[in-house]
Amino acid sequence: MKEIIRFELNKKPVELSVSPDDSLLWAIRSSLNLTGTKFGCGQGQCGTCTVLINNKAERSCMLTADFVQGKKVTTIEGLSYNGELHPVQKAFMKHDALQCGFCTPGMILSATSLLHENPEPSSQEIIDGMEENLCRCGTYGRIIEAVQTAAKEMEGGIKL
Amino acid sequence: MKDKHNTILDFEDKFIPSGFSRRKFLKTLGGGLVIAVSISDFSMLYGAVTQDMPTDINAYLRVGEDGGVTCFTGKIEMGQGITTSLAQMMAEELDVTVESVNMIMGDTDLCPYDRGTWGSLTTRFFGPPLRAAAAEARAVLIEMAAEALNMPVSKLKVDNGVVYDSSNKKVSITYAELTKGKKIVKSLKEKPKLKEPKDFKIIGKSYLRADAILKVTGAAKYAGDIRLPGMMYARILRPPAHQSKMTSVDTSAAESIDGLQVVQDGDLVAVLHESPDVVDQAIYKVKATFDTPKSDLNEENIFKYLLENAPNKRTVGEAGNLTEGREEADATVESEFHDGYVAHAPLETHTATAVMEGDKMKIWASTQNPFGVKSQVARTLKMPEDKVQVLQCFIGGGFGGKSSNGQAIEAARLAKLSGKPVQLAWTRKEEFFYDTYRPAAVVKINSGITKTGKISYWDFGTYFAGSRGADMWYDIPNHNIVSLGSERGGPRVHPFATGAWRAPGNNTNTFARESQINIMAEKAGMDPVDFRLHNLKDSRMIRVLKAAAEKFDWKSRKKVEGRGFGISCGTDAGSYVAQMAEVEVNKETGEVKVLRVLCAQDMGLVINPQGATIQVEGCVVMGLGYSLTEDIQFTGGNIRNKHFNNYEIPKFSWVPKIETLLIDAQDEPAQGGGEPAIVTVGGLIANAIYDATGARMYHLPMTPERILAAMG
Repeated sequence: MKEIIRFELNKKPVELSVSPDDSLLWAIRSSLNLTGTKFGCGQGQCGTCTVLINNKAERSCMLTADFVQGKKVTTIEGLSYNGELHPVQKAFMKHDALQCGFCTPGMILSATSLLHENPEPSSQEIIDGMEENLCRCGTYGRIIEAVQTAAKEMEGGIKL
Repeated sequence: MKDKHNTILDFEDKFIPSGFSRRKFLKTLGGGLVIAVSISDFSMLYGAVTQDMPTDINAYLRVGEDGGVTCFTGKIEMGQGITTSLAQMMAEELDVTVESVNMIMGDTDLCPYDRGTWGSLTTRFFGPPLRAAAAEARAVLIEMAAEALNMPVSKLKVDNGVVYDSSNKKVSITYAELTKGKKIVKSLKEKPKLKEPKDFKIIGKSYLRADAILKVTGAAKYAGDIRLPGMMYARILRPPAHQSKMTSVDTSAAESIDGLQVVQDGDLVAVLHESPDVVDQAIYKVKATFDTPKSDLNEENIFKYLLENAPNKRTVGEAGNLTEGREEADATVESEFHDGYVAHAPLETHTATAVMEGDKMKIWASTQNPFGVKSQVARTLKMPEDKVQVLQCFIGGGFGGKSSNGQAIEAARLAKLSGKPVQLAWTRKEEFFYDTYRPAAVVKINSGITKTGKISYWDFGTYFAGSRGADMWYDIPNHNIVSLGSERGGPRVHPFATGAWRAPGNNTNTFARESQINIMAEKAGMDPVDFRLHNLKDSRMIRVLKAAAEKFDWKSRKKVEGRGFGISCGTDAGSYVAQMAEVEVNKETGEVKVLRVLCAQDMGLVINPQGATIQVEGCVVMGLGYSLTEDIQFTGGNIRNKHFNNYEIPKFSWVPKIETLLIDAQDEPAQGGGEPAIVTVGGLIANAIYDATGARMYHLPMTPERILAAMG
């Protein structure tokens, strides 16, 4: 019982044939072949599968693919704009806020969503907002600094 | 030289990976200048052999026909940053930019054999030969330039891959022009001159991660990001507990699913489908029964069991006479420390993608030892080793846990049995269940101090942690240090697999030692820093401890109610570490908040200070996990916590202010950086908790319940 869903993915319209049980994570990773969105736990407890849905960070492993019908989805591959990296991506590079890189796409998209809602977050607000994104390499301190740098860079303006 | 420009010079077959004929290998390497270096050649030339030096490190470096530098190494990148630091070393000796160096890592067909990426060995043991290879390449290129420009070598200089006349920069030739159309392969036969630290332009400077752009854009490919035509995702039937034996299996319900393939081979029962969602559901339709042996062993009673089942002891270090030391002692302390099982819990679960192409098996695997995968798969599938290739991919965290390669063997078996490309990514549950945990361990220490605060004897026994970090560098005239069992346990000791976990053994041994040192300092009525300095002769440890105390302002620390200060020292992978911390303990709940950690580290020559600092920060954060929460709970072979919601790893809110102080030791050889700063964290936090509450913690992790119990 497949159905066709239509949504905007990384600024382009897409059509996808999905079953009711298909997860959004695997629709993205497998059917659409965008592998920057990671599988880390499949239970919404680590944040590596984070994508933006209508500019808000969501755990793609906890959603079915049909949830995004008619919505706007951004994955890490679609975050750069006109060939230029998003300020959050640049800030992660500048602060070396990554090691193995596996949590990085989820971290960057969570931070982007956070800055969309709160353009000038305090470090406590960053911690609260990103607490459920896990990084085993322990780069948290640098991620907080990166988000603050990105906030300054963006001056409240958001390009998504 | 003229004739030699298309010649294979001094090149021995030992560099050629298995599975390659000499001709095919040289073809694969491509044109340009190739320098091959083996650790045996290197140590023969430099006399740099140390006892624990691996003997199997080989590497090639190529200056290609475009002037770009490529390094081929069996090492892998799992976040530790060697893509950057190795490139820095080569760029320094070759006088090229770091950006022009390309790393080919962990491809078993292209790269020379390497045992594995672990033990903080890469920079210490692999770096020097690689620098030598780069220096040799530079020397050969200058010689070629001298001939091309018709000038003596002594008049030439190099900058950014351009060789020029030192008196007229316009007379120049690039590396690319020199290597164009050439094919020169050479191994190290003479000792090339390495740069002096005073001449360094790249080593010792901070560089951002070379792989960052791939990782922030989602372009970095991990083993689970490989997509092959017709690829099937796999799920495997798992037992309820370790040591369970399958007694029956019924796959009929699963087989009725459209497009599903069931594969059964002995105890291996798997479902394959082109949709990962389908296999996730389908595996629950496989009905099986298991016999599970009954066991009452759990995370609380395991320690008694370990002591009762300890194998013969092995002496790690001894000096003087314990009896004499006891007689000199004015006060004695006898302690027993416990450390529970800890998971590696990388964010990337064990993953592999495997495909049979003709008679050849190709595998992408999250592994710390691709050459281990190659031989394990060949053995399991009864294939010749040269028919198995492991290919390069990024590793989403390892920490010692990605070296037994169960997932790669499973994926390869399934690919061969099904005849299709197969991808297997363990679920989080499987990751926790099949981890090779840091072993539960016991350390017993009996020690004493004289009236003047000197440690007069040290009787130390470590059970099942392994001996790393148990050796003695405090100045204790009478000591006896024994190790019983290794981190891998002994036959039938642990109810499940254990193995190397970031600085194996050392976290446990250092926690015990540094706790005991603080207990004795208090008995001696001395400040714990003064007491350590009073019992140290090792100049590097004294230097690092003094540096930490000064930067932390230890002497002027001010105690606030509910807070405490900790100190801990350790050595690992040739590096010296001294850490200080301030923590806050909620005396009502037993919860600990770490406010500040300072880490001073002497790691010899620092290649990339920024990269080294980041490793220290990672060590401190990861160390907080095993100190405070991480504990595998089990009943016999049944693992009870297999998710992040009941196995808590450090989070954003845990992170203290972390200051890193790297001791300037440019003239000392480079030492390890990925592990040393984690070994001290348990003792550091234990000592700080004691300072805050008066509760001495003998058991890791120091959970709120255990802290409240110890407070009485």
